Amino acid sequence: MRKILSVLIVFVISFSARAELSIQITQGIDNPIPIAVVPFSWDGAGVLSEDVADVVVGDLEQVGEFRALSPGNMLSMPSEASEVFYNDWRTLAQDYLLVGTINRAPGSQLVQVQYEFFDVNRELKLAGEVLTGSVAQLRDIGHEISNIVYELVTGTRGAFDTQILYVVAENEGTEYNNFRLEKADYDGQRPQVLLESGEPIMSPSWSPDGQDVAYVSFETDLPRIYIQNIASGQRRQITNFPNINSSPVWSPDGSMLAMVLSKDGSPDIYVQNLNTNELIRVTDHPAIDTEPSWSTDGRSIVFMSDRTGQPQIYQMAIGAASYEVERLTYDCFQCMKGAFLPDGVNLVHVRRETRQSQYQISILNIETLRVISLTSTSLDESPSVAPNGSMIMYATKFDGRGVLDAVSIDGRVKFRLPSSRGDVREPAWSPFFN
Amino acid sequence: MLKQRNQIFKLGAVLFALITLVACSSTSESDDAMDASQGSSTSNSSSAQSSAASTSGQLTQEQIRAQNAIQQTVFYFDFDVAEFQAEDRQTLVYHARDLAANPNKRVRLEGHADERGTREYNLALGERRANGIMNFLIVNGASRSQLEVVSYGEERPAATGSNDQAYSRNRRVEIVSR
Repeated sequence: MRKILSVLIVFVISFSARAELSIQITQGIDNPIPIAVVPFSWDGAGVLSEDVADVVVGDLEQVGEFRALSPGNMLSMPSEASEVFYNDWRTLAQDYLLVGTINRAPGSQLVQVQYEFFDVNRELKLAGEVLTGSVAQLRDIGHEISNIVYELVTGTRGAFDTQILYVVAENEGTEYNNFRLEKADYDGQRPQVLLESGEPIMSPSWSPDGQDVAYVSFETDLPRIYIQNIASGQRRQITNFPNINSSPVWSPDGSMLAMVLSKDGSPDIYVQNLNTNELIRVTDHPAIDTEPSWSTDGRSIVFMSDRTGQPQIYQMAIGAASYEVERLTYDCFQCMKGAFLPDGVNLVHVRRETRQSQYQISILNIETLRVISLTSTSLDESPSVAPNGSMIMYATKFDGRGVLDAVSIDGRVKFRLPSSRGDVREPAWSPFFN
Repeated sequence: MLKQRNQIFKLGAVLFALITLVACSSTSESDDAMDASQGSSTSNSSSAQSSAASTSGQLTQEQIRAQNAIQQTVFYFDFDVAEFQAEDRQTLVYHARDLAANPNKRVRLEGHADERGTREYNLALGERRANGIMNFLIVNGASRSQLEVVSYGEERPAATGSNDQAYSRNRRVEIVSR
């Protein structure tokens, strides 16, 4: 009886955890690449806590360019090259095949994951290696295999081992009284609380090496900028100027922090040198200047200003005179929160086409001036680009709650990270960690 | 020290009376005040300035009006607009006079926005709204040192929900005593 009970409890727990974290693919593409990922064999006792093949399938299907064959439809279950019959996979119209084995590393608690990846049509082994880690790292190993597969097929570096920051706000009635800064895998798995407060937390951003985060906390009753080391949890207050201190964003080389200060009357863009603490004023205008981001070369700042009456996006070199500001958006009622993709040409932003329009995550090519709008849900905001430029994560509303969605850069694929409690907002996609 | 504060207080009270006098003579609302003074509410006045003002029934009435007016501490704004609504003007004048009459009083002006538009822009809009009220209070007699402005942007809504009714309640500045 006791045994049955404990099994039941385990079932309930794992069920609720799954409900909290499962990804929902809300829009896929018409002709995804067919790939067979055979469940990896395991020679140890019991069941592993992570199914590595499942992690890979989740990764590849999420970005929408792949469709994995269901194991129930497989004609054979090879786990290494000698067991692979290409004909089985051609019959099933699969272009690619991934197989693997997991073994306990001799004389240790570690496990070895050996995988092999094949091009079915060319009957060619494209990759294969042995990855070693703890059982707790099986997810990371799965993401690493996904990165290799993704890069071999698409030519683009995979970002499956990256992470996200975001803010969760919980309310009792109308009163928001719990704010959390959290970090999770890019797919929302393994969430971790970095800071919890009864006062608002805003604007999380990553240092370029992925070791530190900057954010705004109202914990002193006033918005102030803090930097926190992820590994040690150590944090320090960076600013204490009168009025608004917000929008901290690291320069690409990590030496400077762009920010918004309204100490001189209205919000303006400043850059603080983190080594010397020298503060450089970038914009000087009585209107609202905010939402700084860095150009890819780190020499200029993209920002939003309502100096013409409505928010538009501008760019200005650091140290340039006020009249040298360049306006980047014209044909929208409001264009906000601009940031360049890694290519330095395409500008992701929040666009409200006309006064009557929704807020849409859009991309403007500043050379051709072509605009693509990627989303059409409700109150879409806070776009953050994956470090490989393949996807954009953003905040939206669903069923009256804040949730995080991601959309591929061509708008064809979308997925959602549900959460069980509270409003989730302000995603910040990490850089590559290595 | 205590004596000094007392003097400031007296000065403030006199100032308050003067301003009230000027205000009364310059508005056309004094008829209403006369009508209302027939009621019994005059005796309820327990304001700190009663000794300075009790010589005139009209002034006491004005004090009641002032006391009632400053009970309103939330001021609403139209969408994308930083100026407070015209009907709140007189109430804010009373707040300014109250601050002028009570130099030790400190208030915090908390600016808020609705959820539409980006969070950083809303943080700035909340500050712009609170600054607008701060400047109005200063022009009307409050001291800069009595006022602190903080914007919460869209982070602390008064009403949840994504509809016009919630939005209109969320675009606001709250005057909070410290």
